[in-house]
Amino acid sequence: MTARVGVVTFPGTLDDRDTERAVRIAGLEAVPLWHRDKDLHQVDAVVLPGGFSYGDYLRAGAISRFSPVMESIAEQAKAGMPVLGICNGFQVLTETHLLPGAMLQNNHLHFVCRDQKLRVENVNTAWTTEFAAGQEIQIPLKNIDGQFVADARTVDELEAEGRVVFRYLDVNPNGSLRDIAGITNSAGNVVGLMPHPEHAVDPQVATGGTDGLGFFTSILKKLVSA
Amino acid sequence: MTLDTGTAEGATEIPYPSVWPCGAKERPSVTLDTVKHAGETPDVELPWAELGLKQDEYARVRDILGRRPTGAELAMYSVMWSEHCSYKSSKVHLRQFGEKAPATDALLVGIGENAGVVDIGEGYAVTFKVESHNHPSYVEPYQGAATGVGGIVRDIIAMGARPVAVVDPLRMGAPDHPDTKRVLPGVVAGIGGYGNCLGLPNIGGELVFDACYQGNPLVNAGAIGVMRHEDIHLAKASGTGNKIVLYGARTGGDGIGGASILASETFDDSKPSKRPAVQVGDPFQEKLLIECTLEAFAEKLVVGIQDLGAAGLSCATSELASNGSGGMRVSLDDVPLRDSTLSPEEILMSESQERMCAVVEPDKVDRFLAICEKWDVLATVIGEVTDGDRLEIFWHGEKIVDVDRRTVAHEGPVYDRPYARPDWQNALQADDAGKLPRPGTADELREQVLKLVGSANQASKSWVTDQYDRFVQGNTVLAQPEDSGMIRVSEETGLGVAIATDGNGRYTKLDPYTGAQLALAESYRNVAAAGARPLAISDCLNFGSPEDPAVMWQFVEAIHGLADGCQQLGTPVTGGNVSLYNQTGEAAIHPTPVVAVLGVIDDVARRTPIGFGTEGQLLYLLGDTREEFGGSAWSQVVHDHLGGLPPKVDLERERLLAEILISGSRDGMIDAAHDLSDGGLVQALVESCLRGGKGARIVLPEGLAASGDATDDAFVALFSESAGRAVLAVPRSEELRFTDMCGARGLPATRIGVVDGDALEVQGQFSVPLTELREAHEATIPALVA
Repeated sequence: MTARVGVVTFPGTLDDRDTERAVRIAGLEAVPLWHRDKDLHQVDAVVLPGGFSYGDYLRAGAISRFSPVMESIAEQAKAGMPVLGICNGFQVLTETHLLPGAMLQNNHLHFVCRDQKLRVENVNTAWTTEFAAGQEIQIPLKNIDGQFVADARTVDELEAEGRVVFRYLDVNPNGSLRDIAGITNSAGNVVGLMPHPEHAVDPQVATGGTDGLGFFTSILKKLVSA
Repeated sequence: MTLDTGTAEGATEIPYPSVWPCGAKERPSVTLDTVKHAGETPDVELPWAELGLKQDEYARVRDILGRRPTGAELAMYSVMWSEHCSYKSSKVHLRQFGEKAPATDALLVGIGENAGVVDIGEGYAVTFKVESHNHPSYVEPYQGAATGVGGIVRDIIAMGARPVAVVDPLRMGAPDHPDTKRVLPGVVAGIGGYGNCLGLPNIGGELVFDACYQGNPLVNAGAIGVMRHEDIHLAKASGTGNKIVLYGARTGGDGIGGASILASETFDDSKPSKRPAVQVGDPFQEKLLIECTLEAFAEKLVVGIQDLGAAGLSCATSELASNGSGGMRVSLDDVPLRDSTLSPEEILMSESQERMCAVVEPDKVDRFLAICEKWDVLATVIGEVTDGDRLEIFWHGEKIVDVDRRTVAHEGPVYDRPYARPDWQNALQADDAGKLPRPGTADELREQVLKLVGSANQASKSWVTDQYDRFVQGNTVLAQPEDSGMIRVSEETGLGVAIATDGNGRYTKLDPYTGAQLALAESYRNVAAAGARPLAISDCLNFGSPEDPAVMWQFVEAIHGLADGCQQLGTPVTGGNVSLYNQTGEAAIHPTPVVAVLGVIDDVARRTPIGFGTEGQLLYLLGDTREEFGGSAWSQVVHDHLGGLPPKVDLERERLLAEILISGSRDGMIDAAHDLSDGGLVQALVESCLRGGKGARIVLPEGLAASGDATDDAFVALFSESAGRAVLAVPRSEELRFTDMCGARGLPATRIGVVDGDALEVQGQFSVPLTELREAHEATIPALVA
């Protein structure tokens, strides 16, 4: 038997089908979750995919955090269920306060789409055990509100506790503090990042890279061995 | 304009269409101009001229109705009979696309629907189309470009397809003109802001600068959608009693008169600002429209569907009814409004974005509305299909429109406008670019190579394309700067589609017939270079004023060229768009037909990229190189010259080249391929080297230049823009098989070097390190917009 991974669709979510595909490629069962539905359908983990939920006209993720499905996800996340927020999903996680900090518009004010090099800094989270510490990976990145900010104490705390999971290498594409691309909560079950691992799972498409698979095989291993 | 408000006694209130030309500040109180009232007051003067109708056109409306039109009817006729909606100047010539259509069984739906549909096999069908949003994008670059994307995407969903990609061919004014700095970043941000939020990968397009587009930038937008054969939907209203459901955004005051006034008149400085006539887009609403429309299709709830674009409800209701078997009755009171003060005429003409109109059987309406509710999309029944041929529209219970729907939608005026070869054409063609001074030394040659690849038109466009999401949906196989964009359709089999858009206004100015064929040939070649088989085309024909016989001649010649070319290549025209009046005062843009070719590839794993990625592979030049410099990038960049004749077109050769490219790709003989077009061989080599991160050592063929001089030979080989050529990287193990194939098919294939090192070295002439090429190629556009 395999594990069930829920993929949430908010109005304006764009990468839900891609994420479901990535989940399937890794050998997991993808379960679509609808924003109005509080029922998580017995999933073992949840991915909040990228997009522009509610158009992001107010502040990225600011409205989604109030959706019924987020109520259940926040509750379960606090109880230890693995949650991965990608791009808009990361923004939703900070708005929900499952992760600290916030996201501003990119410092150059443009949308940016590029193949981004990252360093994996923490391989103990639910979503990164299949990577090697310090491993350099290529993951496509695409966002306009991707500048990670937090107050100095929070960032110091993240650094001290090893909760910076990914750091941008070569180019900081959006002005994020200390090149931070992704972070985790103190329990290590909730991870958010701006780049899109679901776009790096299939050699036929996108950049042809498959470094994103590690996210999904990590969670598979965790859930199946649990 | 003046307004006669009647006598001092105030006894007569004049019925007046409340569609106020931009700039008018006051709105007088008016009585409702009903059909009955119009019949009783035959002598009332209506502002038909201000709404863009000509005197004889207004007379024809009166003839059709047998009375004067009501204000609402006048509003409808004026927008629907505008150039933009009626194609009145182009129709007689566009017929050729149908008359000369090649026999093909790939075409499932042809010209006349929202978009054409092509069979790509395995039960899949693809719909695609290119449209213009030129005028609005000049007035308001961000919203103009954004709503251009929105409009073309709604055309795709209206056919029943899921949109899978967009492309954006752009033409801007001079690169160093201050206004280009306003228009270009706005347009790019608008396309990105809308398309990114919609979740559609942007996989291709063009960016061309030329002073002729200064006051008339061209913002064309293309989209592709995929569906199963059985899911094709058409825009027609049939079945008496079926309900008309308007869904999507509320109707507001934006874009009123956009179609009739904005798109069909030449800009000049004497008119008030047209800003209010540009629509404002909401991509989030459009994303919801896509999802709820596709869900309704999947449950088979829709009889017919039409998007609301130019001319808004006027267009959607009259076209749906006209395409169907019956009439239609609509209550405007039921249209959800954003501004409750809108008059019925304004509601009919509003071009508020993100709205669609569906025809739904009565017993399915509840389910349809439930799906809309699920997606938070507002949906309202506003009318029903009736017996007969009348389109009747009511407001506060009174009938304000009563017309034969075909007279609005399909029986508008048709003009066969006079056209004549301009008297300057001979002098232009006689001004031969072959006589321009050429580089005399290897150093000069090197210098001109750097100048060319760093010129605005030949420079890297990644500043633009990096602002577009090219990965979303997870099926992007190729995207800019590749020759074609390519999307995987089937994960199981690897079936995919490719699209390329091309157009060269300089070539077309020199010879419109040949220029249009060159656009077709280049786009066709680009699709084949990626390994896909060209199937069909869509075109966006951007020209100046049809009232100028010289422009009309360019238009007629270009259509002839395109129709003949498509016939010869076996690629039917599936649809497209005509944009006229692209001129400022007397000065028209270069005639710019943009051609989008759609191709199919059986397995995307076999696609051919442009980048030279493997050292040691052999470089082959396919095709013949002649001394052809008319309209070339070199003549523009080095000499600021436009004259002579464009390169010759040989469509049979193009077809042969395409067959070799496709077979070579399928059979694993080609690792990289790049078509040769503007900038010639050297441009292609530089792009392929930079893309793959590998250098090349080149030994150029000799004997190309009449002068016999070695540097001149190299110059012709590197800069000529002869058509029907491509450069390929062939693995050594495949060389014999590859050259045998070319020899057997009779295609000239010349070995010109090898992938090697980290410089582009032309033996006996010069060498440029890739870092220097990259700097020249990539710094230009960011510096322009900085």
